[in-house]
Amino acid sequence: MSKTVLLVEDEPNIIEAISFLLERDGWTVRIHSQGDDAVDAVLRVAPDVLVLDVMLPGRSGFDILRDLRSNAATKGLPILMLTARGQTKDRELAESYGVSHFMTKPFSNDEMLGKVRDLYTASADKP
Amino acid sequence: MPKSALTGSRIREHRLMRGIKQADLARDIGISASYLNLIEHNRRRIGGKTLLALSEALKIDPSTLSQGAERAVVTELQDAAASDADVPVELDQIDDLVARFPGWAAKVTAQHRRLRALEQTVGGLNDRLTHDPVLSERMHEVLSTVSAIRSTAAILVGTPDLGTEWQARFYSNIDTESRRLADSSAAMAAHLDNLSRKDTSTATPLEVVFSAFDGRGHHLRELEEGGDPEAFAAQMSEIDSTAARTLAAAYFRTYSADAKAMPLEIFEPAAHEMKFDPAALAARFGVPLEAVFRRLASLPRGATVPDIGLVSCDAAGALLVRKSPSGLALPWFGAGCPLWPLYAALSAPGVPIRRIIEGEDGARFTAMALAHPSGPLRFDRPPVYHSIMLLIAQDDATGEAAIPVGSSCRICARSDCDARREPTVLTHG
Repeated sequence: MSKTVLLVEDEPNIIEAISFLLERDGWTVRIHSQGDDAVDAVLRVAPDVLVLDVMLPGRSGFDILRDLRSNAATKGLPILMLTARGQTKDRELAESYGVSHFMTKPFSNDEMLGKVRDLYTASADKP
Repeated sequence: MPKSALTGSRIREHRLMRGIKQADLARDIGISASYLNLIEHNRRRIGGKTLLALSEALKIDPSTLSQGAERAVVTELQDAAASDADVPVELDQIDDLVARFPGWAAKVTAQHRRLRALEQTVGGLNDRLTHDPVLSERMHEVLSTVSAIRSTAAILVGTPDLGTEWQARFYSNIDTESRRLADSSAAMAAHLDNLSRKDTSTATPLEVVFSAFDGRGHHLRELEEGGDPEAFAAQMSEIDSTAARTLAAAYFRTYSADAKAMPLEIFEPAAHEMKFDPAALAARFGVPLEAVFRRLASLPRGATVPDIGLVSCDAAGALLVRKSPSGLALPWFGAGCPLWPLYAALSAPGVPIRRIIEGEDGARFTAMALAHPSGPLRFDRPPVYHSIMLLIAQDDATGEAAIPVGSSCRICARSDCDARREPTVLTHG
């Protein structure tokens, strides 16, 4: 069974590009484009890695991250956060909420793919 | 050389220029020749009636003799020195610089003010870049679009076996995103252009208003004659931003209201009659004490009007009004001396307090302060207080105990001060 990535992102052309890349890399990609019910989507899909945008309709990625980290089922989920807001305070906020990695747009495809793989590997290696 | 050396030297210079003997001048103004000799050699402080009498006898304006203008420049030069402690300057020779090269001294202070204003502008722009929601939204849109284009282009270039259907989709996506990028970039540029048009001033609105008042000696003839405050603010060329104009109009409305309640032709004689006693004047005109403070500070300076200063602040201590009297330079930036009765009044709102204070140069003032509500009192929220302090120059000879005060800690050389919040820079030179 292939590994699953849930991509929570609302920009259609970014969704298409990232999905294409991940699928060619062997991942099953599930898409969700709303912020307000993103936590439910994560619990429903139970992905191996979550790629989460910060600016989403309905709810910010920071709030979603915080909720996921306070839920026992998603406490250890590898989460790669994507944002166009690369300010230090945003990075610090994400880190304080327990993000696995924080990546600033625009990113390179190789960088994004490599980080998704790394997060999965690190997660799978955990006892 | 002591800091106040200039006044006595200037008196001596003007006396000698007129060929008047020291003993004759002393007799004319009713002091002993030995006392005048001490004044001329800067060994006695001078102010109030003695200064006025000397200026009348020498037939020159009191301000020409007084040290006020120079002290303000000296204070600003000290502040300039403090702002860049890495570049040592001869702090003990500032007086010499002001006396011998007044043009250069004025130039340095003007540049210092401009530098501070530019720093504040940069700070404001930084705040704007950080907190402007429109700019943040535009920037997010640009970066998201660039991100989509970059990823898509990299797929097209880096995937040799990409099918024609995918190629067509990705080309179409790049086309869509590039149009979006053009639109969002143009919108961001328009937003930035709009911001720069809105505010091109390098001084803060409050500094612009301070300068406008200082430039007119705090007496606004146009408003005394019934001019419209808004129209007056609008026609002042030095007020070059909407924010400063709005702020100035608010100050001018207060000025106009005071002038209407206490017309100059009635108020000035009454002030003399009541020996510039604010409480008596408030009772005579039926106005609040703080209004009398403001009105006294707006009197045109003349031989019979004492040197009057005024300063006010909000509950956070930020200065809202500053009119420096000779001998006590009020800071342009930051907070004042914590020992000013201005701040003590905030701890007992509504209670007028009167103290004798003495500046670093020995100039003495009767300081009267009052904290008063800055707006209408309401039941649903706590009152907001402002404090206001009137400073009236006092004769040296009263002998009354005075509270030693300064301008602000950084440029105050007083040692052993319980109120000091930061070290002085004046000992570093």
